[in-house]
Amino acid sequence: MTQMNEPLLRVDNLTMMYGDRVGCKDVSFELRPGEVLGIVGESGSGKSTLLRSISAQQEPTKGVVEYQTRIDGVRDVYQMSEAQRRLLMRTDWAFVHQNPRDGLRMNVSAGANIGERLMAIGDRHYGNIRSNADSWLGKVEIASERLDDLPSTFSGGMQQRLQIARNLVTSPRLVFMDEPTGGLDVSVQARLLDLLRGLVHDLNLAVIIVTHDLAVARLLSHRLMVMQQGKVIEHGLTDQVLDDPQHPYTQLLVSSILQN
Amino acid sequence: MEQTVKNPADGAPDYNFAYLDEQTKRMIRRALLKAVAIPGYQVPFAGREMPMPYGWGTGGVQVTAAVIGPNDTLKVIDQGADDTTNAVSIRQFFAKTAQVATTEKTAEASIIQTRHRIPEKELREDQVLVYQVPIPEPLRFLEPRETETRKMHALEEYGLMHVKLYEDIARHGHIATTYAYPVMVDDRYVMDPSPTPKFDNPKMNDMAALQLFGAGREKRIYALPPYTKVKSLDFEDHPFEVQTWEDECGMCGARDSYLDEVILDDQGNRMFVCSDTDYCAERQDAGHRGPQHHDQPLGTADRGKAAE
Repeated sequence: MTQMNEPLLRVDNLTMMYGDRVGCKDVSFELRPGEVLGIVGESGSGKSTLLRSISAQQEPTKGVVEYQTRIDGVRDVYQMSEAQRRLLMRTDWAFVHQNPRDGLRMNVSAGANIGERLMAIGDRHYGNIRSNADSWLGKVEIASERLDDLPSTFSGGMQQRLQIARNLVTSPRLVFMDEPTGGLDVSVQARLLDLLRGLVHDLNLAVIIVTHDLAVARLLSHRLMVMQQGKVIEHGLTDQVLDDPQHPYTQLLVSSILQN
Repeated sequence: MEQTVKNPADGAPDYNFAYLDEQTKRMIRRALLKAVAIPGYQVPFAGREMPMPYGWGTGGVQVTAAVIGPNDTLKVIDQGADDTTNAVSIRQFFAKTAQVATTEKTAEASIIQTRHRIPEKELREDQVLVYQVPIPEPLRFLEPRETETRKMHALEEYGLMHVKLYEDIARHGHIATTYAYPVMVDDRYVMDPSPTPKFDNPKMNDMAALQLFGAGREKRIYALPPYTKVKSLDFEDHPFEVQTWEDECGMCGARDSYLDEVILDDQGNRMFVCSDTDYCAERQDAGHRGPQHHDQPLGTADRGKAAE
């Protein structure tokens, strides 16, 4: 139980500069196991830059990202060797891209897509990999008979669900999502959100989700961070931020949604 | 020091021994030494233009030119055969530019350059096998970025290789890769044996001869020192298997060699013959006979039969 209270991820004064331009500036927060953090803000506000820097894809100009690893305790992500970091990224972490084409291998079957991470960590039994892939296909509500089909024959919503299955197969503890519902129509979005919410709850996943859609943020996230021009301008419980926004920009953001 | 051919008047007097200049040979030898020191690792080298098109063995020819000496005996095979265009022209190339002895007999050769096959006859410690390689990168199929594949080699991230094999089983029910079948070298590097049929993969393991691989277009050299562990990748429940044939060689009756299918007419008649011509000829000389052997040159017998 004590481990539940220790942060899984700690970000301290993270700053990313693109030359003179600010990507994101002085961002600090902690994330505990099972917690879902939403990052909202308009296009260009530094959400994706922040996500890339936290998820070890782009080394920040300044600041620290610490992660509670399964074996070695708390480690600075950017002080790890590249081999360790890449191992972490494909086992204990997951990254769900906005465009499923970025996160899937389009020229191999759905089964191979889900099995890739298993094979990457040394699974060498075809039957086990296949049955594992099959069960994950079920969990993301894709019919078993599509196991050997190429992702390019899937609809956009199915591709996104396949990408989620492919990421969760190694039971990661931390999942990064960049606009996971972007580009999907509203009914498909609703189903995907429902599925995500179930998985997050069942698997006790910690999630950092970047979105410009406040509805998505409200549905999924426990806490919310609002960004503008690279800075976090408001941070708090989701309901608190959305129902009682303090910062003028957040007020603008919330009021720009159609109310009944 | 510049080397010269034994009798310049007979050969190509305007060229250095074995065509390449000595500086280039030194550069290739350095790459070869590095390759031998790190079995299975692809060493970049400054590949030269050769007087033949890419895909015809420019990598193999450069490696052979770098290791050949005046006292060597060269054998060149293409698909196991000594008498195909590619083999004949490369053999003539070195006969002319290096004045070396050439042979079709595996046992007599000190250097064997090959396009696909490893000779059926077991190779010895005093022999060198040089492969012509078109695509040295085994991960290319699933990861086109060279920067990424190099990183994957460096960090031993080889899960992707099994994705390819998984896909084979999912589509065909078995591992359908029959050539360029990936191998793990010395428990470290995954290597592409290139167009070699997987039938020959087991021969690479623990081989007494030095094996050198040259890719001309891709400008990569890699090597297997003698007695290196070479393991073909597979799954626990789908172990590696080599091709088998129900037929025997029509000429020599061999059942243990790699067989080529030859279509005889448009009536569905066909025969199988050893792809290794030297192996087949040797067996025939020793008195072995297959069902299609009529003690006449191939073709004559069939023409006679058709006339009946």
